[in-house]
Order: sequence, then structure tokens, then C-alpha cells
Amino acid sequence: MKTRFLTLKPSGVRIQVIEAGKGRDLLYLHGAGGHMPADPLIAALAAKYRVAAPLLPGYGQSTGEDGLRDMLDITLHGLDVLGALKLKKPIVVGHSMGGMIAAEMAAIARTEVANLCLLAPAGLWLDDHPIADIFSKLPYELPGLLFHDAEAGRKLLASGGDMNDPEFLKQFLVMNARRLGMAGKILFPIPDRGLGQRLHRITARTLIVWGTEDVLTPPVYGHAFKRAISKSKLVRIAKAGHAVGQEKPAAVLKAIKEFF
Amino acid sequence: MKFTWFHLMPWPHMPDDFRQKHRSVWVDLPNRMYEPELGHIAYHQYLDQLEYAESVGFDGIGVNEHHANAYGLMPSPNIMAATLTRRTSKAALVVLGNSIALYNPPLRVAEEMAMLDVLSGGRLVAGFPVGTSMDTNYAYGTIPALTREKYAEAHDLIRKAWAAEEPFAFNGRYTKLRYVNCWPKPIQRLPPIFIPGGGSVETYDFCLDNTYSYSYLSYSGYLRAKLLMEGYWKRVAERKVDESPYRAGFAQVICVADTDAEAERLYGPHVNYFYNRCLHVYPGFADAPGYRTVKTIQTGALSQFTQAAARDYPNMSWKDLVDGRYVVAGSPETVRQQMEELIKTLRVGNIFCLMHVGNMPNDKVRYSTRLFAEKVMPHLRNLWPEWKNHDDRFWVHPMNEPVPLRVAAE
Repeated sequence: MKTRFLTLKPSGVRIQVIEAGKGRDLLYLHGAGGHMPADPLIAALAAKYRVAAPLLPGYGQSTGEDGLRDMLDITLHGLDVLGALKLKKPIVVGHSMGGMIAAEMAAIARTEVANLCLLAPAGLWLDDHPIADIFSKLPYELPGLLFHDAEAGRKLLASGGDMNDPEFLKQFLVMNARRLGMAGKILFPIPDRGLGQRLHRITARTLIVWGTEDVLTPPVYGHAFKRAISKSKLVRIAKAGHAVGQEKPAAVLKAIKEFF
Repeated sequence: MKFTWFHLMPWPHMPDDFRQKHRSVWVDLPNRMYEPELGHIAYHQYLDQLEYAESVGFDGIGVNEHHANAYGLMPSPNIMAATLTRRTSKAALVVLGNSIALYNPPLRVAEEMAMLDVLSGGRLVAGFPVGTSMDTNYAYGTIPALTREKYAEAHDLIRKAWAAEEPFAFNGRYTKLRYVNCWPKPIQRLPPIFIPGGGSVETYDFCLDNTYSYSYLSYSGYLRAKLLMEGYWKRVAERKVDESPYRAGFAQVICVADTDAEAERLYGPHVNYFYNRCLHVYPGFADAPGYRTVKTIQTGALSQFTQAAARDYPNMSWKDLVDGRYVVAGSPETVRQQMEELIKTLRVGNIFCLMHVGNMPNDKVRYSTRLFAEKVMPHLRNLWPEWKNHDDRFWVHPMNEPVPLRVAAE
């Protein structure tokens, strides 16, 4: 994996992009937590694809979060980044919040996004199946929310730490203020910005992937996406939670390879 | 010095095992705990106490805004202040304040505060807090990272609405109004404005730019407030504005009795109730990510409630709280000494006196209030002789001949 930077015009916003692998172009948009250390999904996808994984402003070394306030800003930013990367007919993959952004991009820009893969995307809200409030969670609660195997997830996230330790608390708050502060613009307090009204516009061939043990966004949402997007297929992955790509990278790679 | 008797209006009936049974006093505490008939009694007792504070000589009486909690039961402080306009005649009505980012359109604040100022004959002090994260983000759904931008725009609108004498158009990002036309408008052309702050440089500058008084509302006492207030006064010096102590205020829990020992006996349980039940906020609700700027977090300025979550209140004894000056408690002489030290070390002209604490019963509230007014306050009045106990810019300007108020039976 290597890092490079894109400068968007005319804003001058700098975007950090993780690149890995060779093969067909694939754009990967991360979820609200950003990339994991040595992200297992990016590593797996790189075995088959040329992966470009830009970090949203507010994440890592990407700048420009103050200029992005709402869903349209963020969707158009995603398309700007896609354009600046000069990818050829990429498969656009998005996880959770990244899936929400990818779906919005596909609904707005049908020619740019013709191949879409949504990994447990956000963006819909079903009253009978409320999505957990990630914003009020403490670090130690996250592994159980994101992974079926919480212990393995804890190691992957390498978080934990003591909220009573003022230094840890400060670091946690700074990181969260940037990342989740940004994510909150489209996910807080309810992760619904009207995507449900626009999903029917998606003409891309769409693969929807859901972990059967997802407790953050229950698998019932997978069926809702499937129903709303015409050329779509839903693949369920056993023993996987919300971070389905990081928990079962090989199975997700296999599903993508078979579908596209 | 100006002393404002400030009420939080907590729910006084939280059970002894509250901490064990509930993770938070705020946001997700089921309201089945609230009993409206008991609420009726509490509200009227609390309003009586505010009126009593005026009668014993406090300069101001104060209310504030909170939502979805048992810590403070005033979702609308303006309703409380409205009742006080009819039953008081001298004290400033310190509404500290309206969380202006939460009103849609925020013009509502300009209108309601103008109503209060007109009703009270020009006695309104207007507070414009950002609001706690629990209130603003979790209870009222404002997007954390956009809260401050929304606040700034609301402030701009309110100031323009009060200043204008003709309708105007306001094209904000969050509020668009073709006709802004604030009827009524306040008696005081611009009521004095107090800003609750928690240590960010941006808020220091906001107060200095606009000649607003900076109010640090802390429950951890003046020893721990020293660093923050030094930061404020350092900024005042850097900006080369005058150092009027009325540029700043501080909230303090105060309990007065005949002797130090009596204070512990009378008030100990209620202080314990306050620190261990009223401040029992789930850390996940204390600071929504994005609510504070990265710069502010890096300076280590955490919210009152984040700090509360990090402090070991359950294991702090009365002695710990008193010796650490979390609370100023004891005989009139003890309280006078400590208050004088507080006022001088923080350099504050406004004190928000928290004299109803937790579940303190009415008779104790009045006893402590009367002792403070009679035996402490007079000795603290003239601690800023060079400012002659007053700074016109930071206090109310009531009209000369308000309508005499009568009760209906008269």
C-alpha cells in the first residue's frame, strides 16, 4: 500500500489516497471510522484490483472538511475525486457511510458509476429496525458493534484505552471530532438524507453485501436496498458483522470477483 | 459586585440507587420518573425561591435552558422568566440563556427576549449559550460539526433584528427570511449579553469583539477555574481592552449556615445529590464528535460534563468538596473569605450563586439564601472600588417609571 495526494481544483483541497494492487480499477470509499490500520479489505482487494482508496476530508491527512456540509456537497466531492483519479470504468465500492456516498454518486451520475458495490451501506432508516447511535458510543463499545467476533475486532481497531486517562480522552476526542464530526454531517442524528427517494435512479449493476450478524445496521436493510435498486444482487456473508469487508475480506473479494 | 441568584430547577425525586440503575441523568433517562403533580409543586417552589431572592436583595435572578433531563427542568427558560416579570420589580432577569442555534427561525429568540424585556420594564440580561452537547446535539438533533456555524448565524440575525427599524431580508445558510421584522423590540435597545463559555479562544474573542460578558459556569469551583480565567484575562490584555471585572462571571455552589459544622449537617446530603445524581451524565453524551473544535479540544478545555464524567464524585466526601472548593460552604465568615478569594483570583464582577442544590428543601434554601444576603453579600459589594460596583455596559437599564404591578385580587 502506498499513499499519494490529490489536489482538487479550484478549492486546493488535498486528498490523501491509499493505492494498492494491479488490475481492473476499483474505487473504495471507507465508512465513518475511516481505514483500519493495514486495512484487511484493501489488502484483499489489491490481490485482484488496482485499488484507489481516498480519505474523506476530516480523515487522515485529507483536508477541506469545512467546505462540505451536506449530502450534495459530499456526493459531488466524491465525483470530483473519482474524476481526478482518472480511473477507467471502475467498480465503485463503498462501506457503510462510504456505501451511502457511493449510492448517491450512482443515483446522480449514472455514466460515471456503472458498477457499484455496497457493503452494508448507510442511508436508509426503517422505524422498526433502528440503526445504533454510533456517535454516543465509547471506544470500548465499538468492536462489539462493528464485528461479529468482537475480540478479533478489538485487535484490528487497536483502540480501547481508558476514558479516565485525560490524555487518552483528549486524543480520542480530537480524532473523533475530525472523523465523526465530518460523518455527522450526513449520519447525525439519523443516517437518512433522502437516499430512499433516489435509489430508483441507480442504473449501475449493483452488488449488495451484508454480514448476517450485523448489529449496527441489521441485515433487513440489505433487502430494502435490493428492492429499490433494479439491477442488484444481495450476497449475505456468514459470521460477519457490520465491518463485513474487514472481518471476512476473502469472502467479500470472492463475491465481487464473481459479480463483476 | 453583582450577585445573581441562579436556579437550575433539578428534578428533586431521583432515587438513592439512581447511579446504579441509570447510565445518564440526561438524554435517555426515561421520563416515567417525572411525576407531573410533583413537578407542579417543584416549579412553584422554585419560582417562589427566585422571587424570594429578589426580596432579600440579590441583583439578579437567573434561569437557563436544558432538554431531556432531570438535571434542569426548563426547556423554555423564557416561560419561567415571563412568570417572574409579573412578580418581581427590581432584580435583573438573567436568562442564561436561549440556545440560539436551536430555534427555527432564531428570530424567535429576538422576539421572545424582546417580550421579556418589555414585560419586565427593561430588566432582561440575555444569555446566548451554544448549549450543552446533550441538549443541542442529542436531544435537539443539531449536527455537531455545524452547531457553531449555525450559532454564529443565529447571533447575527438576532442582533440585526433588534437593531433594525424597518423590515429587512436575511439570506443565511440556515435561515432565509424575506421579511425580518421584530415586533415587539426591547426597551433596552441592546440588552446586556452574557455568553457561557468553556475555555475556547474563539469565545473569548467573540465576547471581546461584541462587549459581552464571559460567564464560566462551572461546578468544579474556583481553584480549577483559575487557569481558564487566566486565559481569558490574558486575551483581554492582548486585545488591549479595559479590564473591567464585569467582563466576566462565575457560577458557584454556595451553602451558608451558622457554623461550618451546621453547613455540613444541613447541606451535605443535597450537595451529594447534586454531584452524584444531577451531574451523572453518560460520557458518550457529554461531547458529540464535532461539537467542539479540534483547536478547543487540543487546549484541553473539556466540557463541564466531560469533566464530571472523568471525576470521581462518588468517592468525594463533603470534606473533599469543601476543601477543594467545589462548593463554598460554611459559616458566613468562612463563605465571605472564600468568596472574596474567588472574586479576586478570578477577577469576576458577576457571581451566579447556586444556592438551591440538588434536592434541597425549601426551608434550607431560604435559610442559606438569607444568611448569604444579610451576612455575606454586604461585605463583598465593593471589592472593585475603582469600578464603583457597576459597569453600565454589562448590566440592565430598566425604564424609569414601569407600571406598578398588582395581584388580581386588589
